[in-house]
Amino acid sequence: MITLDNMNIETSIAGLKMENPTMLASGILGQTGRSLLRVAKEGGAGALVTKSIGLEARTGHGNPGILELDTGLLNAMGLPNPGIDDFEEEVQIARRSNVPIIGSIFASSPDDFANLASRMAGHGADAIELNLSCPHAQGYGVEMGSDPIIVESIVKTVVEAIQIPVFAKLSPMVPDIASIALAVEKGGGHGVVAINTMRGMSIEPEMGMPVLSNKIGGLSGPAIKPVGVRAVYEIAQKVKIPIIGVGGINTGRDAIEYIMAGANAVQIGSGVHYRGIDIFKKVSQEIQDFMQKNNYSQLDEMIGIAGVK
Amino acid sequence: MGHHHQNAKMHAVTILANRPEAANIFTLEIDWIPRDKLLGGQFVMIWIPGVDEIPMSLSSANTTSTLTIQKVGEASETLGRMKPGDKIGIKGPFGKGFEPTGQNLLFIAGGVGIAPLMPAIVTAQEQGKEITLAIGAASGDAIAFRDKLTSMGIDIRIATDDGSEGHKGFVTTLVEELLAGGNYDQILTCGPEIMMAKLLELANLNKIPIQCSLERYMKCGMGICGSCDIDGLQVCKDGPVFDGQTLAGLEDFGKSKRDRSGKKIGF
Ligand SMILES: Cc1cc2nc3c(=O)[nH]c(=O)nc-3n(C[C@H](O)[C@H](O)[C@H](O)COP(=O)(O)OP(=O)(O)OC[C@H]3O[C@@H](n4cnc5c(N)ncnc54)[C@H](O)[C@@H]3O)c2cc1C
Ligand SMILES: Cc1cc2nc3c(=O)[nH]c(=O)nc-3n(C[C@H](O)[C@H](O)[C@H](O)COP(=O)(O)O)c2cc1C
Ligand code: FES
Repeated sequence: MITLDNMNIETSIAGLKMENPTMLASGILGQTGRSLLRVAKEGGAGALVTKSIGLEARTGHGNPGILELDTGLLNAMGLPNPGIDDFEEEVQIARRSNVPIIGSIFASSPDDFANLASRMAGHGADAIELNLSCPHAQGYGVEMGSDPIIVESIVKTVVEAIQIPVFAKLSPMVPDIASIALAVEKGGGHGVVAINTMRGMSIEPEMGMPVLSNKIGGLSGPAIKPVGVRAVYEIAQKVKIPIIGVGGINTGRDAIEYIMAGANAVQIGSGVHYRGIDIFKKVSQEIQDFMQKNNYSQLDEMIGIAGVK
Repeated sequence: MGHHHQNAKMHAVTILANRPEAANIFTLEIDWIPRDKLLGGQFVMIWIPGVDEIPMSLSSANTTSTLTIQKVGEASETLGRMKPGDKIGIKGPFGKGFEPTGQNLLFIAGGVGIAPLMPAIVTAQEQGKEITLAIGAASGDAIAFRDKLTSMGIDIRIATDDGSEGHKGFVTTLVEELLAGGNYDQILTCGPEIMMAKLLELANLNKIPIQCSLERYMKCGMGICGSCDIDGLQVCKDGPVFDGQTLAGLEDFGKSKRDRSGKKIGF
């Protein structure tokens, strides 16, 4: 009989040790050191990804920047961030959590990415996540992230500039996401994060106009889970580097779908809205409950099994 | 334990009336009510199509709801021009409200800060509590809900910046006098943060529990974007009403806030 105590849900990604496989996704409560700290301490996240940070401060798009839909959230925050200079203090505070801190960055050229990455590493981040997939900020993200040649060049430039692991976060809005993941691997990247949000729109019929000030936003939450699971599954067939699955995870079973598709860890964003800041604890517990019922003792035993059956 | 997820869907609602409330302050009545009983301090995000979306407290909610708004910029001024039949978008209600406890309550409003206090004052009176209300305003004509409060028979003390009515100067000076003479079980306040920081000091000095309603720049209103952060707490979700014990432990309270990019700035 397996008891909960020896149900092992520890995992490790490119040398980053996590007590549980849940990470905070970028852009949710990741703008200040103290909110990051809280997501680890009170929320139970195994690792923390910061808000995506750029070279300069940006106020982002105007309000409304987000709304809830029947099956997810639609947001166009527009990458608001205080700029890399002001972010050192936040990373330093977040480090008190003693869980890995992954600094997310966005830029419009390989050199800017490398510059930001080395500053973020200097601030004390344990790894870098390249946001190659923001669907609603002109000139950043998904335009670059859909071209394997550009992706490989960005990853390579960043990997050569710093000593810590580099992950690339990909958009599902490409014909073949596995080929983009392969470009990350070829560039020397240490992991792939999939998926970011998908472009969507919501119109308020009474007003006859789109709700978001940016009109188009990124869809997240339960609506995109099958897309994310499919993306991770396809990537796992093509690359050997670790995969971090994200998109619509609200429960332990959602996380396990990603893990069985091939993810070594998962990220949770919109779920913080649906289940509160302690969703990381809840999902970790639900993963353990599932493992106990189904006779798994190690997370490793579940990773990628759907791809070999 | 159970997490109560506050729905953040957008609803188009119709304006039923637009009434002047005081100098530069008006009240919009809307054809919408919150699902659960409203606590003063809880707020909604109001979408003015083509202009902006801003946080607003609900100043009442019965068979219809009201918003009591001071004109300070483009969004509030546009709302001020709205007529019955016009439509706005609404999300919420969000956040934690005031919880009046004890028998003898001291409410303190700075300017339009009276709006989120109103539902708490009305409920407290229904429960037969003793109510004192101190209001600080720019001038005598800028005091909202005067008729309503008078008809409720509430004991009102007034401080004005220009001395046009009541005590000339800070409402905190009035409060110091009230605390010296009275025996209050709780202080409930909304107004400029510098005022509330001073009130927290006075409350602690007099060992009276206090609840304050805070403001920060809000984008999502639903506790996920981090825009309204104060020391890792989200004002939109963990507040906007906080108790004195929580506030006493915060570095930023009364000192700094964040601009729209997340940069820390002083008050
Ligand atoms: C929880 C909460 C409840 C509020 N309740 C009331 C109320 O009952 N009555 C009332 O008159 N006012 C209330 N306010 C303040 C109100 O939101 C601002 O006055 C309004 O946003 C001003 O918008 P504007 O376009 O007219 O002015 P602007 O020129 O855009 O701004 C004027 C001031 O309002 C602030 N402001 C603008 N947008 C926002 C935003 N998205 N979030 C927070 N602050 C903002 C700005 O920082 C600035 O200090 C409340 C604020 C909060 C946070
Ligand atoms: C409000 C909000 C802000 C976001 N900001 C970022 C961001 O700055 N950088 C980024 O890479 N992804 C950002 N995302 C995408 C999330 O990190 C995540 O990839 C996506 O929401 C799918 O996961 P979920 O369904 O768990 O939310 C944001 C998502 C939301 C809802
Ligand atoms: S306004 Fe987004 S977390 Fe409060």
